[in-house]
Amino acid sequence: MALDKATVARIATLARIKVADADLDKMVGELQTIISWVEQLDAVDTKGVEPMTSAVEVTLPMREDKVSDGGYVAQIVANAPEPVVVGEGAFFTVPKVVE
Amino acid sequence: MAALTDLTIAEARDQLRARKISARELAQAHVSAVAKAKQLNAFITETPEMALSMATASDQRLKAGDGGALEGVPLAIKDLFCTKDVLTTAASHILHGFKPPYESTVSANLWKAGAVLLGKTNLDEFAMGSSNTTSYYGPVHNPWQRRGDNRPLVPGGSSGGSAAAVAARVAMGATGTDTGGSIRQPAAFCGLVGLKPTYGRCSRWGIVAFASSLDQAGPMTRTVRDAAIMLGAMASHDPKDSTSVPRPVPDYEKALTGDIRGLKFGIPKEYRIDGMAPEIEKLWQQGIEWLKAAGATPVEISLPHTKYALPAYYIIAPAEASSNLARYDGVRFGLRIPGDSLDGMYENTRAEGFGAEVQRRVMIGTYVLSAGYYDAYYLKAQRVRSLIARDFTEAYKKCDVILTPTAPSAAFAIGEKADDPIAMYLNDVFTVTVNLAGLPGISVPAGLSAEGLPLGLQLIGRAFDEETLFRVAGVVEKAANFTALPPGIS
Repeated sequence: MALDKATVARIATLARIKVADADLDKMVGELQTIISWVEQLDAVDTKGVEPMTSAVEVTLPMREDKVSDGGYVAQIVANAPEPVVVGEGAFFTVPKVVE
Repeated sequence: MAALTDLTIAEARDQLRARKISARELAQAHVSAVAKAKQLNAFITETPEMALSMATASDQRLKAGDGGALEGVPLAIKDLFCTKDVLTTAASHILHGFKPPYESTVSANLWKAGAVLLGKTNLDEFAMGSSNTTSYYGPVHNPWQRRGDNRPLVPGGSSGGSAAAVAARVAMGATGTDTGGSIRQPAAFCGLVGLKPTYGRCSRWGIVAFASSLDQAGPMTRTVRDAAIMLGAMASHDPKDSTSVPRPVPDYEKALTGDIRGLKFGIPKEYRIDGMAPEIEKLWQQGIEWLKAAGATPVEISLPHTKYALPAYYIIAPAEASSNLARYDGVRFGLRIPGDSLDGMYENTRAEGFGAEVQRRVMIGTYVLSAGYYDAYYLKAQRVRSLIARDFTEAYKKCDVILTPTAPSAAFAIGEKADDPIAMYLNDVFTVTVNLAGLPGISVPAGLSAEGLPLGLQLIGRAFDEETLFRVAGVVEKAANFTALPPGIS
């Protein structure tokens, strides 16, 4: 698959990474090298082979659906860049998203 | 008496229990060593005060006769493990100022066993790298140097700070994490023992996630016995990690019997790759002779999909990373770079907070998971991964353990291979298959290169058979009698 600037710009948007227009060409080249290299997998016959979804054969454990922990509001916002504390509540903040 | 920093963990443990030395003096010796080794850049955060207060508590427990398996042993922790109220960065700018309000299960297990925290070690950013040169906090220097050449060498990666600290006698042992070789390759580059346990043996809870189906924590130490002691303390079943396995943790030290008579060890023919350095080939042959002399039998085996392991890894690991790293958005913790909209803030924060290699991998991961490409790349790689795992299942019908080199070369200079990501990725050619198959692997220092740098041999075991790995590794260690030390360490 040949990558172009438009595709790489779209991936950057999906990944939420700002890439300056001037850097796009360089990034196209870098990603193209890696994508071409991984495409050697096309040579492997995988017909009838199931994708591996677990590194070790285990049945995932089940537990009762009940709250077992919690009540750490102050600790949860302690690392936030611009938290707001109002009365009993503590909030993460983001730029305004509605007018 | 040898310097306190020269003791192995096993020796220190015995002397501490016999009250011949105190945990406090052992901690003080290592705190001073950390301060003197700043030029290695092995630590992102040093915690001398914590070390001394933890050691004081250890002395009280030792006095009362109820010390744990690692009581009073000073360790370094890779800065990928969350440590309560102690800065945890993953060597990334995006985790600027992050102090976790909780402790990772593995580090909590170590503190419960009595270990003492010296500090948090440097690594490749988010553990993405094989040279410890992608860290936001700068590269780590390998304490080893080529003979007659003082250019700084990489310690390997991603657990490069941990490897440098243990090799330089600054920490008695350290934790690492291994997603494609990040414990074993730096262990080989620094003349150490490094073990990646079976997937599920150690809890991943509280470890900053890179590729969740591949990541596993393990010990980095100067001897096989020390690795056995450390793994025994690190491993546990943890309800907070649903992939951690509810199996009892054996007494790994008991596995070190030195007796491997009758054992069959596999030699995979596909690991004789083109362009492998003759000295690596020779070391591998030497390893075969050592195991034969100890009464084990070599068996030629085939792992036919080996050459597809790295390309499969460079689809699967970035795919999982792009998903795991979606949480770094400038909202709940770490760096925030303002923007004129919510998306603008996300994009600015991630552009500024992630380094070039991390951005590259997030982009690759996003691409291979995106609509229209998921089947062609991601599912294809997961099918190839099944074939790689199946290769090992077949091989273990013929042998009990597999012997290979750990890395295709010795340590290289900082800056070498920097312009070619794929040349850098090839460092992991012998280690990455083990992560894809979820198996345990250990690197043991086995000799020196012509330039005087350490080289390692790798042993790969059956799932959850770390005991056989330790037993065979102990035999390799004894036969190799690797006593060389980095310059300046005597």
